[in-house]
Amino acid sequence: MAQAAIELIGINKSFGAVRANRDINLEVARGTIHGIVGENGAGKSTLMSILYGFYQADSGEIRVGGKPVSINTSNDAIALGIGMVHQHFMLVDNFTVLENVILGAENDALLKSSIAKARSELDRLEREYGLEVDPDAVIEELPVGLQQRVEILKALYRGAEILILDEPTGVLTPAEADHLFRILKQLKDQGKTIVLITHKLREIMAITDTVSVMRQGTMVATRVTKETTVGELAELMVGRRVLLRVEKGQSEAGAIRLSVKNLTVKDSRGVTMVDNVSFDVRGGEIVGIAGVAGNGQSELLEAISGIRHAVSGEVMLEGKPIDLTGKADPGELRDRGLAHVPEDRHHVGLVLAFEENENSILGYHDDERYLKGPFLDIDAIMADAKDKIEKYDIRPGNPRLKTANFSGGNQQKIVLAREMEQDPGVLIVGQPTRGVDVGAIEFIHKRLIAMRDQGKAVLVVSVELDEIRSLSDRILVMFAGRVVGERGPDATEGELGLLMAGVEHQEAAE
Amino acid sequence: MDTFNAIVQVLDSTIRLSVPLLLACLAGLYSERAGIFDIGLEGKMLVGAFAGASAAAVFHSALIGLGTAVLISVAFALVHGFASITHRGNQIVSGVAINFIAAGSTIILGQAWFSQGGRTPALQPGERFEAITWPGADAIKDVPVIGPIYAELISGHSILVYFAFAMVPFTWWVLFRTRFGLRMRAVGENPAAVDTAGISVAWLRYRALICTGILTGVAGAYLSMVQNGGFVKDMTAGKGYIALAALIFAKWKPVNAMFACLLFGFLDAAAIRLQGSPLPVIGKVPVQFMQALPYVLTVILLAGFIGKAIPPRAGGVPYVKER
Ligand SMILES: Nc1ncnc2c1ncn2[C@@H]1O[C@H](COP(=O)(O)OP(=O)(O)OP(=O)(O)O)[C@@H](O)[C@H]1O
Ligand SMILES: [Mg+2]
Repeated sequence: MAQAAIELIGINKSFGAVRANRDINLEVARGTIHGIVGENGAGKSTLMSILYGFYQADSGEIRVGGKPVSINTSNDAIALGIGMVHQHFMLVDNFTVLENVILGAENDALLKSSIAKARSELDRLEREYGLEVDPDAVIEELPVGLQQRVEILKALYRGAEILILDEPTGVLTPAEADHLFRILKQLKDQGKTIVLITHKLREIMAITDTVSVMRQGTMVATRVTKETTVGELAELMVGRRVLLRVEKGQSEAGAIRLSVKNLTVKDSRGVTMVDNVSFDVRGGEIVGIAGVAGNGQSELLEAISGIRHAVSGEVMLEGKPIDLTGKADPGELRDRGLAHVPEDRHHVGLVLAFEENENSILGYHDDERYLKGPFLDIDAIMADAKDKIEKYDIRPGNPRLKTANFSGGNQQKIVLAREMEQDPGVLIVGQPTRGVDVGAIEFIHKRLIAMRDQGKAVLVVSVELDEIRSLSDRILVMFAGRVVGERGPDATEGELGLLMAGVEHQEAAE
Repeated sequence: MDTFNAIVQVLDSTIRLSVPLLLACLAGLYSERAGIFDIGLEGKMLVGAFAGASAAAVFHSALIGLGTAVLISVAFALVHGFASITHRGNQIVSGVAINFIAAGSTIILGQAWFSQGGRTPALQPGERFEAITWPGADAIKDVPVIGPIYAELISGHSILVYFAFAMVPFTWWVLFRTRFGLRMRAVGENPAAVDTAGISVAWLRYRALICTGILTGVAGAYLSMVQNGGFVKDMTAGKGYIALAALIFAKWKPVNAMFACLLFGFLDAAAIRLQGSPLPVIGKVPVQFMQALPYVLTVILLAGFIGKAIPPRAGGVPYVKER
């Protein structure tokens, strides 16, 4: 085996009562791509943040290039040639790309020479790796894919020899992800070492040389990628067999419960995002909306759930019209039996500073079940939260814990539990499993199918084609704000991919 | 000619009155840009004023007075830092506490040391900062238009006035042209980005607060050693709060801050000038109305006329990485 670029020996780390890492050993060979997989909250980000000096381990040893080192701050890590692209980007949103790149790596006390140097250096990196990005663009105006590129540039600019990427593809479109992987391969060919955390086992199989599996804070296995399978990895992660594609029976579509006619929605800048869209969802079926992110799916969901006003169009809920262009508000829609799992759980679905039990009734807090006269009935709320924790296997199972302290997958379960347990007639779900591990995906899919089998109408929007194909009874493809095709669940990936790219649509228009 | 002279005089006092506001406003700019709310500008100015006047009176030196004012004010800024950076306390509470301590301690110490009812001894020439007359000011004083402008507006202020206005381009330069400025702006927006870039968030914020302390110290010294010949209790009279309003108004930008402070200074100067004298059309305006005008204006302008003022995003939130 080649020389080890990094060795982690006996790493332990606790956050209060949570033991995020226990006795972790990990060795990554120089010039390889090493994958790390594991359930939500398994401790992957924590481990890598320790290597990057963002957190300090409670105990354990780190060796870089064979030599024991002490990494107390990110500065130490950077000096050792370690760079990291964090799960949640570490960028200053109102700075330009250049400013973000030089931050912390300035030449001297004045900025002038740093800026000049960064400009030419970025130019070189751009040409070498195809990492194109306008150095004077302001971060908040860039799409996430480009923001990530800035993070990679930041690391390369600091001369990183070891690059850690924490769930880099969670926010990328498939084409962007492909591009990223080409860059990673190129970096590897130049002898750089890469650690890649991801929930997408397919990516692990496609690009890594070796892969480690974490479970509940421990390192359970390391495999050579060529000698393992997706099934084995999934089983190692969760500790039991996982169905990567849940089984479901034939749907028995009933009456139309949600009907959308000629809906047009504009975004805040006045650009038409949803363009004259019509479809029905019947009881007992799951309708999936596929599409590359940014083709109007988000706005469609927001309009139907009453968060965003529509310009025109008609929506019928359980046969009665709702006024989406004017007064409809989410509370009213909720009362009429429409539940919504928003795609952005952090900003729309949860109040992260609240306790779990508070989030588990959010929006339903004026329901009689949770009230005692004008006051909240804390006992009832706690009982209810405990019930949901049990049913949805939310971990850690403590309803008093601050929601921010749950891992992404468990936060998603909190939202799902809240909305599904209201027993709505119509459920609309955006990105049900973004950033969620395979075990939880299986669980969430099973619950959605159970809803369907109870005769509920379910509308799912997802950018994951696998998910759409395994869940949906009917698939609608959105492109540039329009529904450009409808397919059955047996549609091939290629066929859907072409529709998503707008190919057929453009041909038809010509 | 009479109206012209009157205008020059109002503008002259506008400059004098806006100096403490401007210094405090720039002081607030440093801390808020670094993500630390500082409602304690008022208190720091007050202790600066007291320390400056006391030291100047005791040691018979204006410079020693200024140095003491800055030192004490910086010490208070560090207390705010200790509470809100090191111990991640609530920044508003810490700031309010500093204001109370300042208001109380200056009176108690003043009475204990000088027994003049909370005042410090009247400063003698040499113990205060005198006006500087620019070359040729006297010679061209009587030349129409440019004479009064040069002699009254430009010349004839104390060194601290020129310092305050020089701080405007200097602060701009620090913010946008230096490494410290870049990091300070970054830490006010996203401290985690600064941390992962290998920079100490706490040390950076402390340094910003030291800048704040220096400027509030000078502002205090200006009040007690230039505008007034000694310390009088509560002599800041809410200027620290107006400076905060001006800061929002200026959207946390140095040059805007200067204009905002000049505007507030002008309203003050006009209020003094118009005391008792009737205005055309409106007639006699009660002086209280003029005095309330800066505050009314702040409320109106902040309520929407200046567009959206987006504060530094991490402002007021202690940086905690392990929850
Ligand atoms: N800053 C923190 N303070 C307190 N607890 C934390 C903190 N960061 C993580 N944790 C907890 O530590 C555990 C491991 O978290 P970590 O983020 O490393 O998981 P992960 O494997 O990266 O999960 P995901 O796939 O959801 O990103 C979780 O239980 C999490 O709630
Ligand atoms: Mg993670």
